[in-house]
Amino acid sequence: MTGRSTIDSTISPAGNSSAVDVRGVSRIFAARRGPGVTALDDVSLVVAPGEFVSLIGPSGCGKSTLLRLIADLDTPTAGSVEVFGKPARQARIDQDYGIAFQQAGLLPWRTVAGNIELPLELHGVGKAARRARAAELIELVGLADFAGHYPDQLSGGMQQRVAIARSLAESPSLLLMDEPFGALDEMTRERMQNELVRICAETEAAVVFVTHSIPEAVFLSNRVVVMSPRPGRIRSVVTVGLGDRSRRGEDLREDEGFFQALSQVRDLLRGDEAASTPQGAQGVETR
Amino acid sequence: MRGSPMRGSPPRLLQTVLAPIVFGVVVVLLWQAVVTGLAIKAFILPAPLAIGAEFGSNLQNVANGMAVTGRNALVGLLIGAVLGILLAILSALARVFDDMAAPVVGALSVVPIVALAPVLYTMFGAGAETARQLVAALAVFVPVYFTTLKGLRQVRPVHRDLMRSYAVSSAQATRAVTLPTALPFVFTGLRIASSLAVISALIAEYFGGPVGGLGKSITSAAASSNYGLAWAYVLGSIILGLVFFCAALGVEKLVSRRTG
Amino acid sequence: MTPLSPPLPERFGLPARWRGAVFGVLGVVVLALLWELYTVLGPEDGVVIGTLTVLPRTSDLAMPHLATMFARIFEPVTGAASARPLWQAVAAGSLFTLGIASVGWLVGVIVGLALALLLQRFRLAESAILPWIILSQTVPLIAIAPLVRRWGAQLQFGEFTWESWMSVALIASYLAFFPVSIGALRGLGSPDANHVDLMHCYAVGWWKTLWRLRLPASVGYLLPALRLAAVSAVVGSVVAEVSIGLRGGIGRLIVEYAGSAGGDPGKPWAPIFGSILVGLVAAGFVGLIGLFLRRFRRGEVSI
Repeated sequence: MTGRSTIDSTISPAGNSSAVDVRGVSRIFAARRGPGVTALDDVSLVVAPGEFVSLIGPSGCGKSTLLRLIADLDTPTAGSVEVFGKPARQARIDQDYGIAFQQAGLLPWRTVAGNIELPLELHGVGKAARRARAAELIELVGLADFAGHYPDQLSGGMQQRVAIARSLAESPSLLLMDEPFGALDEMTRERMQNELVRICAETEAAVVFVTHSIPEAVFLSNRVVVMSPRPGRIRSVVTVGLGDRSRRGEDLREDEGFFQALSQVRDLLRGDEAASTPQGAQGVETR
Repeated sequence: MRGSPMRGSPPRLLQTVLAPIVFGVVVVLLWQAVVTGLAIKAFILPAPLAIGAEFGSNLQNVANGMAVTGRNALVGLLIGAVLGILLAILSALARVFDDMAAPVVGALSVVPIVALAPVLYTMFGAGAETARQLVAALAVFVPVYFTTLKGLRQVRPVHRDLMRSYAVSSAQATRAVTLPTALPFVFTGLRIASSLAVISALIAEYFGGPVGGLGKSITSAAASSNYGLAWAYVLGSIILGLVFFCAALGVEKLVSRRTG
Repeated sequence: MTPLSPPLPERFGLPARWRGAVFGVLGVVVLALLWELYTVLGPEDGVVIGTLTVLPRTSDLAMPHLATMFARIFEPVTGAASARPLWQAVAAGSLFTLGIASVGWLVGVIVGLALALLLQRFRLAESAILPWIILSQTVPLIAIAPLVRRWGAQLQFGEFTWESWMSVALIASYLAFFPVSIGALRGLGSPDANHVDLMHCYAVGWWKTLWRLRLPASVGYLLPALRLAAVSAVVGSVVAEVSIGLRGGIGRLIVEYAGSAGGDPGKPWAPIFGSILVGLVAAGFVGLIGLFLRRFRRGEVSI
């Protein structure tokens, strides 16, 4: 498997300027009885500034756990997590990242504008500046007519757009996204992906994106990190050579390179099943 | 896995069991210490030891009071529960009835039902316990009606569709889906009602009627400045309340185990 | 409200609200008719099985006609020339009780909220105290009402004298605080893990999380608790007035007028209607609070 040229097994060029630097991280969840569950086992990953990296793998591979460690929502059992050269905790306190979850997680008693202003308000940004920034972001995610609406008046896709706008509120250089489009239907999902590509090109933020959709990962990313479960490990990293983000559009989904990367990631994920079934369907291609 | 990091690990068994016991013991000790230490007079608050002593020496009287009040509460609980369940079924079946009952039961849930005690004494005779039993029944009726109705409306659309697709009769559907769904709600209502029955039966005694129950005993002991004894009766009513609650809880557990 | 969903179809050409009101009135009317019907058709001495009266006596003294009850409200309290109309006495008593219940409610709400915050903040406190709070809801602690009656005359702290109405308010607050503390605790713990994580990501402390997230999120749980507390405060006030023997309130009137049932069957009903009114006003007041906090209940109708 490592023979393919596009697979980058030396994980990345290290450097002080990296957006995320995960080194030898393990996370073991204590169980009431027994040895506990190893969610992540000796994982290392570097994300460069402005880079879009997707984490993909079957459920239980620890992709969400890895994201939560980067966000300092959880602490690693071993290893270190640095964000822009600082420990994850300091990066959180300094608000170096924006975050979006699978559920939009909007506060139901705040309007669209109020939700986007929330992080600014919490960190003491003045009212006028808050208003201006929120208006800008509402424009960016295309909800100009809905600024005064409440979340329960919006569709799932619109709610998620508000959540993304909220994650961008403080112009972070790093975006952490945990399956943000997981609950959306396929059509909305593709439209949101197109918008995310556009927004990322405009903001030049690095993104760590958790997903379990192969096309989504390939379409959005510079690199796709394929993970395997029990214990959670990085199986391989696929570099998707689909060019500059600003030029990515709907036609990319028909591109030859897109399909190539797609099948590459799919093969790597399928390797999981082969490895976990004793009889092994290694040679069987079920294309 | 996704537990919030803001509130530590789940509490240990030791903490959940030991902490309340320690807290209870500390409070009782503190109570005893404050009452004896500051020489607080019995009419304000007697010491726990004094209450215990009175409880021990008047065991028979307290038990008699518990029997009288307990019987009223039980009769009220049964009447109120049967009425509540029957009317809830009626409301679930007929929307018109539900619309008509809603404001009446709604009002009943926010007014002091015990205020009816004096006129009930007049209607049924001041020498009988009936008025108290009815006050308890009315108090019980409200939560049982609401929870049963909620339970009957709880059938999930997917289950209803499933029954429809099986083309079963409505009686079969009721047995297979509606009743098992509603039953836990009914027993939740009964658990709430069990405490209400005791409380209502007891406070109805403050509004008149024959002597012998816990409420009358508390007032007469307090009137003769026998505060230790009055608190012993209070202890008796606490025990009675717990007995009712635990019995309702036990029945609830038993039924929920049988119906899975 | 939602632009995405069409308005609900109206039945009988009536909006849902009006329909509810119409049938609600109908329900009360049916109840009244049942009462009148029984006084006409029921046996004079009630239905007695053995020594147990199963159905009430139907004499005009035991079950007065509704007309008697209503007419009595507008007659003077007593035969004395100086007596004021009964409804005035009942209204004064109702207001008095409502005032005490409000004080009790307010104290109960403050204590209940403070306790809930304490339990939310410190897990050890929660596991130590919460079982006792729940347990105390299952036992008739209102039984102690007669035992605080003597406080009125005897307690004094310097300038401050404990008055009888305070004993009543104390009992009312005692009953009011349970539902508030339980409801508030549940509400404060109600935000999704998602929202709590978000606040953690924003690196804001406990107080800011409380103010921006936990308190607004708890409104949906708090309002039913406040309503229950209001009802409990009214019940507590009425019962405590009776057992403490405080004059001036509706509870006292209920017991006082019950004595005249023998010759004046309509009179005891007046304070009962008064107490019903007090309960409705108290619950309505909390409903009004809910109206102002409507914004915070949006999540309840969400997708």
